[in-house]
Amino acid sequence: MARSDVQLMLDVKAGDEQSFALLLQRYRSPLVNFLYRMVRNREQAEDLAQEVFIRVYRARADYVPSAKFTTWLFRIATNLALNSLRDTRHQRMEISLDAPVTADAEDGDERTLDVADKHPDIEQHLVEETRKAMIKHAIDKLPEKQRAAVLLHKYQELDYGEIAKILSCSESALKSLLFRAYETLRVELAPLVAKG
Amino acid sequence: MSCSRMEKQMLPFVDGRLKGSEQREVEAHLAGCAACRVRVNEFRAVSGLLDELPQIEPSGAFDARVRARVAAEPVKESWWAVFAPSPRAAFAASLLLLATIWIGSRPGNVNTNNAGSNGLAAQGIDPNDLPVLENYDILANFEPLEDLPQPVQGDDSDEIDGNQAM
Repeated sequence: MARSDVQLMLDVKAGDEQSFALLLQRYRSPLVNFLYRMVRNREQAEDLAQEVFIRVYRARADYVPSAKFTTWLFRIATNLALNSLRDTRHQRMEISLDAPVTADAEDGDERTLDVADKHPDIEQHLVEETRKAMIKHAIDKLPEKQRAAVLLHKYQELDYGEIAKILSCSESALKSLLFRAYETLRVELAPLVAKG
Repeated sequence: MSCSRMEKQMLPFVDGRLKGSEQREVEAHLAGCAACRVRVNEFRAVSGLLDELPQIEPSGAFDARVRARVAAEPVKESWWAVFAPSPRAAFAASLLLLATIWIGSRPGNVNTNNAGSNGLAAQGIDPNDLPVLENYDILANFEPLEDLPQPVQGDDSDEIDGNQAM
């Protein structure tokens, strides 16, 4: 039977390095994905994810399982992402003003308009890629806190109480935040929503 | 239930995360509100669209980088860990500390500090009277001062006298 996150963390606290490796294996992908959607840059997302794991490791001696491990983990990740976005806001504004209006992907991970010549159905491929680009763009456009709420809710499937703790707000405020985010997404994605 | 109250329940309803009573309440509202029904369906569509976004995989070097950083972390030891290699040193330090505290708290120490004043008491002098020695009248009649040579009168003294007169 797989050990729980809390048990693994308590084992790390007791000096078991192997348990830390298991936590790393369990959460590297969710963390990198969450941070990638938050900061929109793969390299930066990986750096931040590394920082999250290092902070968890550093805090092992003082770890007390007072909340869910994921709440703690994503709280660290969210704070790092929001700080990083705040620190690079000026830089990103300069880039967005200077950037040519071409492909949507900022670092080549999801090349939306990079049509492969050998693709059997280029038109279908274009439609799919444009669709994904629209969804990604709609998420990217959300205000940072709304974006974090949507990502934690949709992709990490955390419950409302957990997300509220991560974002330091009440559960009621979180539901309002999510409602506003979905309203924005509904409008932004209206062409896709209408098609069903 | 009003439409404004529905706002907070809409997404939990779409997720299927409402409790039984809340679920029934929302269903009852939706049965009579076409606008909220449309919005719920659109939220479902948005949720479905979000599922289409592909996930990325961390790079192959990710784990190695984290492990390298963990390995580079300094070993965190408590202050007492200094004594861990030598329990005898720890025991000796504890004894020394206790002895220092005991000696420092002995009532005899208070008397030693007041030894001077006890000597005065034996001579019948109240230590509280000591500041009176700074009194000019006593200094003026202080016998040992009579053996000292008289100061030479100069211009400065005139000035002083003048000032005192004022």
